[in-house]
Amino acid sequence: MSTVYILWLRQVKKYFRSRSRIIGSLGQPLLFLLAFGFGFGSIFRQAGQGDYIQFLGPGIIMMSVLFTAVFSGIDLIWDRQFGFLKETMVAPVSRLEIMLGKTAGGATVAAIQGTIVFVLTLIVGFRPVDWFLLPLAALFVFLIAILFTSLGIAIASTLQDMQGFQLIMNFMVMPIFFLSGALFPLQGLPPIMDVVTRIDPLTYGIDGVREALIGAGNFGIATDLVVITVVAAAFVGIGSFLFERIEA
Amino acid sequence: MNLNQDGSNIIVVSDLVKKFKEVVAVDHISFDVKRGEIFAFLGPNGAGKSTTIKMLTTLLAPNGGKMVLNGFDPTREKDSARKSFGIVFQDPSLDEDMTGFENMQFHAVLYKVPGAIRNDRIGELLKFVELWDRRNDQVKTFSGGMKRRLEIARGLLHHPEILFLDEPTLGLDPQTRNHVWSYIKDVNKREKMTVFFTTHYMEEAERIAERIAIIDLGKIVAIGTAKELEQQTGTTSLEDAFLNLTGRKIREEEAGVMDHWRTMRRMFTRRH
Repeated sequence: MSTVYILWLRQVKKYFRSRSRIIGSLGQPLLFLLAFGFGFGSIFRQAGQGDYIQFLGPGIIMMSVLFTAVFSGIDLIWDRQFGFLKETMVAPVSRLEIMLGKTAGGATVAAIQGTIVFVLTLIVGFRPVDWFLLPLAALFVFLIAILFTSLGIAIASTLQDMQGFQLIMNFMVMPIFFLSGALFPLQGLPPIMDVVTRIDPLTYGIDGVREALIGAGNFGIATDLVVITVVAAAFVGIGSFLFERIEA
Repeated sequence: MNLNQDGSNIIVVSDLVKKFKEVVAVDHISFDVKRGEIFAFLGPNGAGKSTTIKMLTTLLAPNGGKMVLNGFDPTREKDSARKSFGIVFQDPSLDEDMTGFENMQFHAVLYKVPGAIRNDRIGELLKFVELWDRRNDQVKTFSGGMKRRLEIARGLLHHPEILFLDEPTLGLDPQTRNHVWSYIKDVNKREKMTVFFTTHYMEEAERIAERIAIIDLGKIVAIGTAKELEQQTGTTSLEDAFLNLTGRKIREEEAGVMDHWRTMRRMFTRRH
């Protein structure tokens, strides 16, 4: 247990030490909130869908959770390149503990990032309908953070260096974001898009947060929770399996 | 094969083999290291020194042969073997964003150094390598020599029986190299700790090690004290003995930038 804790602590400390990175990573969500939120706001309202900022807020919060989580997982590649991974690999602790510590740390960082973006959305004009459901939204944030951190670790365990990074960005992270219903409502999509959005685990995370914060979910809280929990558990399993096979 | 069968050998290696695809990196080597001695692997880059250390330290699985480290089999009793040694890798393995103290703390927790004595032990070691004043500075502000010293201190934290050092002075200036060796010799004396290091510097092997194994192209060509190696080959210096045994000169010059890059590339790209 102390191994998991010290790995978690390391990740969180490193996050708070890189202030420029924190500020830098707020640029994109802010840009999306302003450009999409205000850009499409009037069309959205004319289409009878209400306030677009209300709709977009949860999507952008989860976008930052997704990005931060995947990158915290992929951080593992840096540990390998800078040699620190070897220090953990010769230690008399199980690989599973290392993997769990790293997942917990990465997920915490992603959840903190999500919280900061939540504050940003409040500044831009987003208002939760029911503040008492905030813990429920936080639960979704944390589950999605775990899910994508372990996905990042799984990918990093199979990669040698940062060369494949662009590939992951363009063919995995971006599609997961754009095809999740973060930006558009899921009703009335063409059949193929309907299928794709339902495969995307982020869809259920955003849906859950929307349900909690603005009372406008699509699948219902129970479905969202079950899907995300199952997928997160599967990814933690896959991540542990691939991590265990790393030789330094 | 050796007279010391009474447990006075902390490492016993017999017929060890490691292949990377078709390349035989370690080719049926056998040797013993006595408890408490300073033992050196001397050989050029790519001789199989690091690969052997990686197998002994549980990072690589061998393709054949037997190893015993402090009574444990590193391929099966991994955690017991891991508790037995401390290691300083060829390339830095510190977290540069963390402070010197935090790097030590991280190690102490992973090795289950009891909380009650943890900070005292860290303090003692940081003072020993003269980094106490810099304990709260991030490692990225340290010089190459300071990082090496911190790694040595870290390797000693959990009271290992044996300290592995893989090319510990690579890339350091001569003055810093001497400094680093004086710590290592001191540890060997004070704590009666076995030290196993690799080097391609002839004079380091001769000056520091009690016994030297000359390794070339994955094979150990001779083992003994510097004197014995000279006598065995009828030469008057370790350098000549090396030339005589391997038929070539070791690369004495400081490893160039390209060598460094190659080593690093090899380490990053090799996974099996």
